[in-house]
Amino acid sequence: MSDGGATITATGLRKTFAGPDGHAIAAIDDISLTVHPGKLTALVGPDGAGKTTLIRMIAGLLKPDAGSLCVLGIDVAADPQAVQDRISYMPQRFGLYEDLSVQENLDLYADLHGVPQKERKERFARMLEMTDMARFTERPAGKLSGGMKQKLGLACTLVRSPDLLLLDEPSVGVDPLSRRDLWKIVQQLVDDEKLSVIVSTAYMDEAERCAQVFVMNRGRLLAEGPPGDLKKQAAGLTFTATPPEGMPARELQARLIDAPDLIIDAVPRGGSVRFIRRPEADEARFFELLHDALVEARPEEIEDAFMMMLRRQERQDRKTPAEPAAASVAAKRRDNPDKPVIVVRDLVRKFGDFTAVASTSFDVAPGEIFGLLGPNGAGKTTTFRMLCGLLPATSGHLEVAGLNLRNARAEARGRIGYVSQKFALYGNLSVRENLEFFGGAYGLRGKALRTRIAASLERFDLDPAMQSGLLPAGYKQRLAMATGLLHEPDILFLDEPTSGIDPLARRAFWHTITSLAGDGVTIIITTHFMEEAEYCDRIAIQDAGEMLALGTPRAVRKEAGDEGMDMNNAFIAIVEQGRAARNRKPSAA
Amino acid sequence: MSASGFTTRLVALTRKETRQMLRDRSNLVVGLLLPVVLILLFGYGLSFDVKDARVTVVLEDSSPTARNIVAGLHGSPYLAPTWETSMAEAERMIRAGETDAILRVPGEFSARLAAGEGGLQLLLNGVDSTTASVIEGYVDGALSVPMQQQADRAGNKPAGAASVTIIRRIWFNETGESTWFLVPGLIVLVMTLIGAFLTSLLVAREWERGTLESLFVTPVRPLELVLSKLAPYIVIGGIDLILCLLAAKYLFLVPMRGSLWIIVVSSLLYLLVSLGLGLFISAITRNQFAASQMALLASFLPAMMLSGFVFDLRNTPVVIQVISQLLPATHFMGLIKTLFMAGDYWPDILRNCSILAFYAIVLIALTRRSLAKRLD
Repeated sequence: MSDGGATITATGLRKTFAGPDGHAIAAIDDISLTVHPGKLTALVGPDGAGKTTLIRMIAGLLKPDAGSLCVLGIDVAADPQAVQDRISYMPQRFGLYEDLSVQENLDLYADLHGVPQKERKERFARMLEMTDMARFTERPAGKLSGGMKQKLGLACTLVRSPDLLLLDEPSVGVDPLSRRDLWKIVQQLVDDEKLSVIVSTAYMDEAERCAQVFVMNRGRLLAEGPPGDLKKQAAGLTFTATPPEGMPARELQARLIDAPDLIIDAVPRGGSVRFIRRPEADEARFFELLHDALVEARPEEIEDAFMMMLRRQERQDRKTPAEPAAASVAAKRRDNPDKPVIVVRDLVRKFGDFTAVASTSFDVAPGEIFGLLGPNGAGKTTTFRMLCGLLPATSGHLEVAGLNLRNARAEARGRIGYVSQKFALYGNLSVRENLEFFGGAYGLRGKALRTRIAASLERFDLDPAMQSGLLPAGYKQRLAMATGLLHEPDILFLDEPTSGIDPLARRAFWHTITSLAGDGVTIIITTHFMEEAEYCDRIAIQDAGEMLALGTPRAVRKEAGDEGMDMNNAFIAIVEQGRAARNRKPSAA
Repeated sequence: MSASGFTTRLVALTRKETRQMLRDRSNLVVGLLLPVVLILLFGYGLSFDVKDARVTVVLEDSSPTARNIVAGLHGSPYLAPTWETSMAEAERMIRAGETDAILRVPGEFSARLAAGEGGLQLLLNGVDSTTASVIEGYVDGALSVPMQQQADRAGNKPAGAASVTIIRRIWFNETGESTWFLVPGLIVLVMTLIGAFLTSLLVAREWERGTLESLFVTPVRPLELVLSKLAPYIVIGGIDLILCLLAAKYLFLVPMRGSLWIIVVSSLLYLLVSLGLGLFISAITRNQFAASQMALLASFLPAMMLSGFVFDLRNTPVVIQVISQLLPATHFMGLIKTLFMAGDYWPDILRNCSILAFYAIVLIALTRRSLAKRLD
């Protein structure tokens, strides 16, 4: 490696912040790396890995506590402005001025970067065409959808061709369709202009598109190299297991993940279970574990390598305690899903002229895991809120736990548990105090309350004395679930429960969900991680308020065209088919 | 970076700020409507003048001499005397708040007056002490002339009384109209409100929405950010200043004895100070709610209570006096009142304007520093 033309050279970089409890936390812990020009480079790692801190240091917004950092040959700590004059940076939440129009936002950034008027015209035309926003130039940025805002943010950072482009998780919170568009733009610029790009991401499939990948976790660099090299360590260890007829993939997945001495990782995908075998696994026990499944080898992917690295670091650190002890995972199969617990008929919700949810109908059986998926603004949150009785329906019939939500809303609420997207517990109360408060709010008291609290502390492996606000994200999640389950509801509603928690914590979370469903609790869940749809018994895909698909993950994939495709592509296909159909309708009429 | 880069960026940023200001209706309400409301509220609603004070006269001596003296009360536009015969009833009225004062003319008043020792009793409702002392002054003034005449007529001057006569004149505000000193003070309040309150949201909003992070990684310099945020609000403040001056001149008929241009220049200087204060608070709190609360506490309330707007600061404890001397509002308050009512007095103008200029420069420099392009 020659340092001569390196875009970035970092040696012994370190940055610490004061944690919520006053102790210093190393966000970046002794990182050295070299990034070469003209390439697409990825920083990959779960939330809290230190990606944003590293990118902000490169952009000259944070000063390293130790080590040196050279960007474009300039010592960024000494002269941040010199770097800032030459780079473009898109923070995680790009600062669009919501009250300015699309064009005005573009003009502002072009002026700030000093783009000459004649270059501007051509550049704007190109950006608007690539982002497909030429029609919306007069619209205020605040009135764009989430995906469009992100595209406009990218266009604003690219009003000129920078010497280095920094993208901090450009695809977080963006639906798969917009995500694909964003990447198309970036790829095109790298090809056409030989742009040097550093992109941080939590999505492994995005890392696979990059020339060079740096894998980070907890402030440290775990590995670096081209994706092809990185994934080699998983070679020969990756398999797919197809469960026998009638067994949900998640049941087999739970069984595999419960055998950590044989299996490194397992996830349901496309009706089967993808897993990584531990190289030193005992053959006999391995075959016994998978006796009823059809096991096939599959090519390794970067995600496999990534999970191996995470598990290895976890073993070394021993920081994350064991996953919560799940109760009986063996499903109590209900022979006759007698009566559905949720009945939705012709549900409609309008906000003024805007129809957020159009005539939607479905049933959910007891003990079922039901997933609501859709792009941003699809109406899933509205549907969800109506089901929990937080928002009255404009019209239609809605029955939850055998009660009509029109006249028995309070009663129905006593039968459901709700875990909201944000951490909605009191951060300055202890774990026990939060549980006591929410138990009390559901009318539990005395001995009953104490027993339930003791049981959930054990189930979720929580320390009652800890201050809730200081818990790590995964544990906050557990506490939120514990409070939602205290009154032993029939139905548990979870709104995007896995956003913002790392892959290991997500595995643990789904493990708990699977076991809860096994106990007969009905689970209604929204998520924007499409692969998580595989854990669901049935999923519903919404777009623009309409139900586009409803059924088992397998059936939905089939509807999308190919049973074997992954959920992400199936989702994109279904939403695009739906949009095409909608566009045809008015023109035919 | 070349000077042209500076201009291009400054123009772009100022245009952006102006657009944002014009598109946010609540900004315009606070910036233009609220000053009008304040002008009307303080101009008409707040006054320390007492007009038509209710004085109950209990005439226990009905001699012509007594009647003659008390008749003086009728001549005053500030007093509305009523007549009562029983002292008990008058006392009941003052307790019930039906009257503000009792003037008692005792039984042998004329006889005693003839003897040179005539005395009247004035009972005041001290619940509102300001009003009480104002009424005392009025009654005193209304009675002194007929008393004097009566004494002259009687020809028996009390020994020594005639040799010293105090002739009272109030300078600068001859009739003691409170609007005369409240309305110039209002300019201070309006400038404070526009400056500190409106701008306190500006930087904090950009922190909250994350727009600042994007701006930082561009060739933008901190000073350009500060200047672009000042410019549109100087215009709004200028409009408000014109409104205030028009209202002072044509609505409240306050004299403007100092030069207009000095009034305008010093007001704009003070506007810069409060804009700087607002921006500085906004830049360090990074939170709109905290910033607006703090701006209210640090600028508007002190400007109202501690600047000498209403209360004479010389009567306050030393600590408060020290604090008030630290407030730019106090210096501008003193200056603008002098300018309006007393005229140009250069030593005062120069001293106060330099203090204001000093504050403006310090605050703007501090804001610029707090916008150093750093997130840690």
